[in-house]
Amino acid sequence: MNVLLDHFSLFRDGFLGTLSLTAVSAVIALVLGALVAACRVSPVPPLRAFGTMWVTLLRNTPLTLLFLVAIFVVPQVFFPGLSYYTLSVWALGCYTSAFVCEALRSGINTVPVGQAEAARSLGMTFGQTLRLIVLPQAGRTVVPPMSSILIALTKNTSLAGAFNVFELFGAQKTLSELGYSIVVIFGWIALAYLIITLTLSGLFRLLENRLAVAR
Amino acid sequence: MTEVFVTKDAAPADDPLVVLENVNKHFGALHVLQDIDLTIARGEVVVVIGPSGSGKSTLCRTINRLETVDSGTIRIDGRPLPAEGRELARLRADVGMVFQSFNLFAHKTVLENVVLGQVKVRRADKKAAEQKARALLERVGVGNQADKYPAQLSGGQQQRVAIARALAMDPKVMLFDEPTSALDPEMINEVLEVMQQLARDGMTMVCVTHEMGFARSAANRVLFMADGRIVEQASPEEFFTNPKSDRAKDFLSKILHH
Ligand SMILES: Nc1ncnc2c1ncn2[C@@H]1O[C@H](COP(=O)(O)OP(=O)(O)O)[C@@H](O)[C@H]1O
Ligand SMILES: [Mg+2]
Repeated sequence: MNVLLDHFSLFRDGFLGTLSLTAVSAVIALVLGALVAACRVSPVPPLRAFGTMWVTLLRNTPLTLLFLVAIFVVPQVFFPGLSYYTLSVWALGCYTSAFVCEALRSGINTVPVGQAEAARSLGMTFGQTLRLIVLPQAGRTVVPPMSSILIALTKNTSLAGAFNVFELFGAQKTLSELGYSIVVIFGWIALAYLIITLTLSGLFRLLENRLAVAR
Repeated sequence: MTEVFVTKDAAPADDPLVVLENVNKHFGALHVLQDIDLTIARGEVVVVIGPSGSGKSTLCRTINRLETVDSGTIRIDGRPLPAEGRELARLRADVGMVFQSFNLFAHKTVLENVVLGQVKVRRADKKAAEQKARALLERVGVGNQADKYPAQLSGGQQQRVAIARALAMDPKVMLFDEPTSALDPEMINEVLEVMQQLARDGMTMVCVTHEMGFARSAANRVLFMADGRIVEQASPEEFFTNPKSDRAKDFLSKILHH
């Protein structure tokens, strides 16, 4: 109990660090994932090739390696002066976008092609067809895998701790160095992660139920 | 086999709406459409029949470019079909299509199905679109189903909604790809009656159907397709009583005697 009370601000900052890493990289992952999924199902071959390459590259690279590239190579070659936080968020976002894309695409594939054909035959553009007809019907199948992906993302944010971004794992390191019992610290850290991940899965369950009623 | 029989009085009139010239299409090695030349006049009702796999659906789908063609040109009301993109989308709105499997938007109510295209494609005012949708649903006899979801309707009702949805775009021409083939027998007539009324109202129609009764009463011309070619075209009376090609004779004897 003492650890938590004595160093509450440390825990709080770690918690907020993890929360903000998760939230920002989740937004990046969802937006990028949707765009790349649109590429992968588009009628334009170069876009499809780009989408496939994006997914193959990012999904098959270990996240640690991606972090190393983001932290050490990207600032040297492309964008000098970006903070570790920004670089971490982009590494996490890009990595997770590949999984988001594939979850969306598998959802899209469960919608009968006739739905898209009917939309196209009415004169809807590709974007309208995807947005108004296909994605809303893909939604229900997409929610459970999406929930898993974002929970995995929450846990992956701990990697940013290794690069001087302060989050829960960093808090744990500091406390360990102060000499507190590692078991107790781990307990509190785990609880903090659980708060985030359980909230996430709760939200997604709600979403799933909402989508279930909507038809 | 390459000879095409055309009966004189079935030759297209002088106001062409849909023109296909020398259209060819392959699916891999399969030559599904072979040198198709076809002119459909404004107000004309053309029935396409032929054995399964002869390319009837593909022909229909190339007319609004759901399928691309390998060579040849397709013009709707004088304008060639543009490549994929906004331009094509706009042109597609002028060509209504009714599918064998209805393809109503499953997550939208019947009313929303008929409103959606008007609002999103034609940029119509929402109120006006709803009014028009209700009138169209009334016209095809499903006015009282407006707030249900497609899955709650019978096949015949769904297909009539699909016709209303296509009509809501004020299309210049309507394509029907075996609109009654997925229906239970007792529902076929309710759909055919709607189509017949459309034909009487002067809609230009291309119908893939084996409904002889409909062809005889509503069609100006029957096209007989086999192996990706238009083998024979004639007035329905002429075609059904006196088919010229062996393929057509053979086909008719099969469907008339079952
Ligand atoms: N998307 C496709 N890919 C490959 N082959 C196809 C495709 N669509 C149709 N075909 C083939 O093209 C031929 C003509 O098909 P279709 O136009 O559907 O014939 P019909 O409507 O007259 O039965 C058939 O042999 C069919 O198997
Ligand atoms: Mg067919």
